[in-house]
Amino acid sequence: MRRIVQSFEESKGMAMLKYVSRRIAISIIILVLISATVFIIFNYLPFDPARLSCGKHCTPEIIAGNRHRLGLDVNWWVQWWRFLEGIFAGRNYGEGAALIHCGAPAFGYSFTQHECVTTLLGQALPVTVSLAIGAFIMWLVLGVTLGVISARFRNTWIDRLSTVFVLVGTSLPTFISGLLLLLFIVLKFNLISPLDLGTWHSPLTDPWGWFSSYFWPWLSLALIYAATYTRFTRSNVIETSSEDFIRTARAKGVSERKVLWKHTLRPALAPILTIAGLDFAGLLGGAIITEQIFQLPGLGRLTLQAVLQDYDLPIIVATTTLAAAFVVIANLVVDLAYALLDPRIRIS
Amino acid sequence: MSDPVLKVQNYTVEFWVDGTWYPAAVDMNFEVEAGKVLAIVGESGSGKSTTAMGVMSLLATNARTSGSVKIKGTEVLGADNATLRKFRGKEVAYIFQEPMSALNPVYTIGFQIVETLRTHFDIGPTEARLRAIELIGMVEIPNPEGSFDKFPHQLSGGQRQRAMIAQSLACDPAMLIADEPTTALDVTVQAEILDLMRGLKTRLNSAILLITHDMGVVADMADDILVMKDGHTVEHGTADQIFNKPQHPYTKELLGAVPKLGSTKAREFPYDVTAKPAPVIKLENVTVEYPKRGRIPAFTAVKEFNLEIYPGEIVGLVGESGSGKTTVGRAAIGLIPIKEGSINIVGNDISKASQKELKGIRRHTGIVFQDPASSLNPRLPIGESIGEPIFLAGLAKGEELDRKVEDLLNSVELPRSYRNRYPHELSGGQRQRVGIARALALTPDLLIADEPTSALDVSVQARFLELLQDLQSKLNFACLFISHDLAVVDILSHRIAVMQNGRLVESGDRDAILKRPQDPYTQRLIAAVPVPNPAEQALRRATRLAAK
Repeated sequence: MRRIVQSFEESKGMAMLKYVSRRIAISIIILVLISATVFIIFNYLPFDPARLSCGKHCTPEIIAGNRHRLGLDVNWWVQWWRFLEGIFAGRNYGEGAALIHCGAPAFGYSFTQHECVTTLLGQALPVTVSLAIGAFIMWLVLGVTLGVISARFRNTWIDRLSTVFVLVGTSLPTFISGLLLLLFIVLKFNLISPLDLGTWHSPLTDPWGWFSSYFWPWLSLALIYAATYTRFTRSNVIETSSEDFIRTARAKGVSERKVLWKHTLRPALAPILTIAGLDFAGLLGGAIITEQIFQLPGLGRLTLQAVLQDYDLPIIVATTTLAAAFVVIANLVVDLAYALLDPRIRIS
Repeated sequence: MSDPVLKVQNYTVEFWVDGTWYPAAVDMNFEVEAGKVLAIVGESGSGKSTTAMGVMSLLATNARTSGSVKIKGTEVLGADNATLRKFRGKEVAYIFQEPMSALNPVYTIGFQIVETLRTHFDIGPTEARLRAIELIGMVEIPNPEGSFDKFPHQLSGGQRQRAMIAQSLACDPAMLIADEPTTALDVTVQAEILDLMRGLKTRLNSAILLITHDMGVVADMADDILVMKDGHTVEHGTADQIFNKPQHPYTKELLGAVPKLGSTKAREFPYDVTAKPAPVIKLENVTVEYPKRGRIPAFTAVKEFNLEIYPGEIVGLVGESGSGKTTVGRAAIGLIPIKEGSINIVGNDISKASQKELKGIRRHTGIVFQDPASSLNPRLPIGESIGEPIFLAGLAKGEELDRKVEDLLNSVELPRSYRNRYPHELSGGQRQRVGIARALALTPDLLIADEPTSALDVSVQARFLELLQDLQSKLNFACLFISHDLAVVDILSHRIAVMQNGRLVESGDRDAILKRPQDPYTQRLIAAVPVPNPAEQALRRATRLAAK
């Protein structure tokens, strides 16, 4: 009997491994397809980067030369293949004396910024990751706590107060709440020097500088999300608290505090985390508005600049694919976390 | 004399609904002594569960209670939460009806038992774990140490209820309140759980308050009985008094409505037994397999199943949950494809029929589902639900259809005006009548009834079974009646087929099966059914335990 149980446990571990590797394989295929889609879309857009990069005094010869230099003189699938190749093998741009090498993983070369895209991403990513992680923690703590509290005291003034917060939070767009925070708190009380806005402080060497420069951007992002999560947590907790097992917990003599935080919250939390993971992944792709307001040189600003100012195709392709990659990875992580939180979900 | 464990006096529970107080239990007086079992019986809505929950103030916030509830002489009604918590789980423990929803799905059963222990006793985690494993062993869950780390969904229904009991017993409570503890379980499992509770009662000398609607369970367990109806105490006495000399008409009615195994007289076969006519349906070597889905391997639900049903007879198909009886019912009318064998309905082989042919064949069949609430479209008035099969078959429309629908409503004894009502406006029994009317809309040769009464109260069930019998003798359709309740099958059937683990164990004439079962499984199944007669049940129990 014991051996049967044991081999069952082993086969469960194996199945988990098989599941994870299959999911990773599928994720890679999805990413490859997404990058192809991006190339197709940009191929059919009525813009010509070669023409745009040429400036005022242009001859057909210069345009053709630019086109060749940018690698745009071939079909989109060849361009796409070179892009994929570059990720693994690195890539050379230009010829002769003007040859530039971008080491693997190369995501392209920006001719407007004269940098390998990988380098640009390397500069922007820590900013965006800092912004996303802090905002994520802040909104989860704020939203779940407020949600549980307003569920616990539902239909009292506390609940109504949180409803007001939710209404304000969800109806104020970031470009208003962010600007208000910046103008009337940060700059007014000189919490961050205007000159210091957007300066990168590494959390490893200057944790306080990092924290204080990101606190307000976090807050402005977290407010919006926290409002939604308050509502969501509240309704989930109320629903779970009418389950039979909550009555069982009370009948056992468990204190109200434990009934709420232990028996109600954990089953109620699983669906919240699913959505939180995806929201987090979305943020990693770049919070364009918040980054713009607080002058943070993250992925969002990088993309925005590439789209609005220069039509810098390599950057757009790289950031789009990267954002998609975050969503795909977050999906995988969320599914695994869900199974941990709620053992009823069997992975199959 | 010492105080009774539980003493309830002038106890009233009311609910605040839409601006008025609705009484759910009125002026209750009862007491339970150590080592005794008081059963509160009544139909759904009679207030029996409310009474039990109110004892430890576990009711919803819109409830108010008055009167007095004393546990070992201490007043607990109106006590503050801190005081109540000292009694909950420690002195008064509950066992709830549906252990799947009554145990927290995200914690292991071991964790939940340990939690109970550590709430009331000052003990460390290791000691609590050992005690919990001991408890799990005591309620006879196999491999207690391994089961400690199991989640509720990984256990069978019976094991879950055992885990629930283990949790309730963690602190050796003086009072055990069991709210329909076996309703969700199969009869053989029910018998085991009841044995377990009885054993624990003698060992711990606890008092038990048993809430149930099953008179068989009452006869098996109770020393005293309290009958409730619409929140009022109808009758209160010893088990002997209630069963053998019931005074109140309602108690008599309740006892009369309970189907008793082997009490119905012989039914004549509607056909000549020596020269059997052509069967309405013939299942030959039927095997049904649910195909492999991802990691879940293929599952053979029914294996080499043989059954014939002749015109005008009712065949009862019994078996425990998971035995494959519902699968047989669905496969019989082509709702589930079969892997091997053949199914013949009035001469048409449906195992090879195309979708279009199946549609034609289905006109010969009707099906009544288990849960009338979920098998009727909630957005359609019931008249449309009933008329739909007729309309789809192209038999009638417009006024003619309306007339047919009214006739059908008449035949199931529902007022014609009900045709414009929606399912939620009907009671459970009425909804099931609609289900039957719909199934009979095309005057089928074969009716499949899949546990049609399992969601109904006994008195409603009795009326429903009567109606079904009337209709059957009038319309003379053949019927496959699927049920887990042997007593119900006993009332209706000419023949009985018994299933276990997807196989046909035994089939034959009703009396042959019920009175002289050949297969050991059938014998066990019949022995496990509690009969609503304390003396007889005690005898049956003794024989069953001796046979073990």
